[in-house]
Amino acid sequence: MTLGLINANPIVHAKKERVARCEDPHCDDAVDPDIRDPEHPYSLEQLSVLSEESITVDDKLGRILITFTPTIQHCSMATVIGLCLRVKLQECFPPHYKVDIKVSPGSHADEEAVNKQLNDKERVAAALENPNLRQLVDECLYSNEL
Amino acid sequence: MDLNDEGSHFELKEIQTLSGHTDRVWSLAWNPATGTDDTQPVIASCSGDKTVRIWERSALTRSWDCKAVLEETHTRTVRSCTWSPSGKLLATASFDATTAIWENVGGDFQCVSTLEGHENEVKSVSWNASESLLATCSRDKTVWIWEVMPGNEFECASVLQGHTQDVKMVKWHPTMDILFSCSYDNTIKVVWAEDDTGDWHCIQTIGESSNGHSSTVWAISFNAEGNKMVTCSDDLTLKVWEADIEGMRSGDDQVLWKHISTLTGYHDRTIFSVHWSREGIIASGAADDAIRFFVESKDSAVVGPSYRLLLKKEKAHDMDVNVVQWSPGENRVLASASDDGTIKIWELATNST
Repeated sequence: MTLGLINANPIVHAKKERVARCEDPHCDDAVDPDIRDPEHPYSLEQLSVLSEESITVDDKLGRILITFTPTIQHCSMATVIGLCLRVKLQECFPPHYKVDIKVSPGSHADEEAVNKQLNDKERVAAALENPNLRQLVDECLYSNEL
Repeated sequence: MDLNDEGSHFELKEIQTLSGHTDRVWSLAWNPATGTDDTQPVIASCSGDKTVRIWERSALTRSWDCKAVLEETHTRTVRSCTWSPSGKLLATASFDATTAIWENVGGDFQCVSTLEGHENEVKSVSWNASESLLATCSRDKTVWIWEVMPGNEFECASVLQGHTQDVKMVKWHPTMDILFSCSYDNTIKVVWAEDDTGDWHCIQTIGESSNGHSSTVWAISFNAEGNKMVTCSDDLTLKVWEADIEGMRSGDDQVLWKHISTLTGYHDRTIFSVHWSREGIIASGAADDAIRFFVESKDSAVVGPSYRLLLKKEKAHDMDVNVVQWSPGENRVLASASDDGTIKIWELATNST
């Protein structure tokens, strides 16, 4: 699907020692930072796309807000990364939790447009029914054999 | 009347929960020809499980049962379903880019026609009042108008390309052949054909500059008279619009829909559905799992029409409410459907304590 790497030389950070993995539905660091960036073999955390502080969980209301920082301002994979995050969160939390995903303010050239697409439930549902996109998401989430 | 009495207390009583779909239920439609004196009410529902279910209430037990599952036709989510005004045909719109037309042949629903043409997901379908036209819309940004021909044949009469984004819903005016569409581009478009030449064109685009919505518009509903419409949006508001119906009837295409009220501060998550009852009660279904009811407020302190919240039913469902639809037959009976995979039948009753 990607014709060429958009960000050929990402800045890679040392991977944090991660002891607790998300198996439990209510764990706070529910987002797996080992999600692969669609373009690179490094995880999103190593690329500073995602950090723990950007996740807010309200267990009482059943709401989650997650903000992430795409590697570069014009990252066209931002919507795919957002989709991966949503799928992963759906696995970690009970189905009634409401998830809002946004790019961190100022981190993307089309911030409003990306956020709108990432949070349009109908668009997300249709995207995940697209076999090519679904395959890409699955690869990002599951190919990290750690 | 109790709707005008601000001291009246209302409650939404749950009549029954209809389970069966194995994925979220996106939409439902009451069969308009049923639910009257001698026929039992029928509902069609459609789901992410790629099927359409037909539900009927038993005359004997007054309980709803699933009468049919329409499967093996759509290959992806069925997003919307709507009966023809006579109740004889059911149109279903799917993410598989097709619209299927079903006919009840001796209790068995058969797919009698498939409308193709959209480039990707079809989001909504609507019949006009005289059943001579069908409209569909899609993420491909277009609205298609189809002519209903004899023998369940459908001919494309027009492909409209005005919207700049995904079109979420199409709805014909209840009495006139004027078509309304609302979109991810935040606008509502009004389309008509001057005469039988079939030259359909947009006569009005309601955008932010005309007091329109500031985010995706998800649904449109008309009042019984057809001179007002209410729209709901991702911008967390409901907006009410009015037009000169007599002007429209006399063929004046310069008649514009004007904003008359914005209901703000009542919803804190996307409003997916809105439906105006014959009696004038506006029901809304939103992503906070709640159903709300609004009526016109006879507030003498306010100039012009205003609306007040009649009732908020929190946790109507366990997840997002995707659709609310008033029963055409019974008074103050409502059906809703949700991401939780269920359909619920409700009665809006006055609490006489």
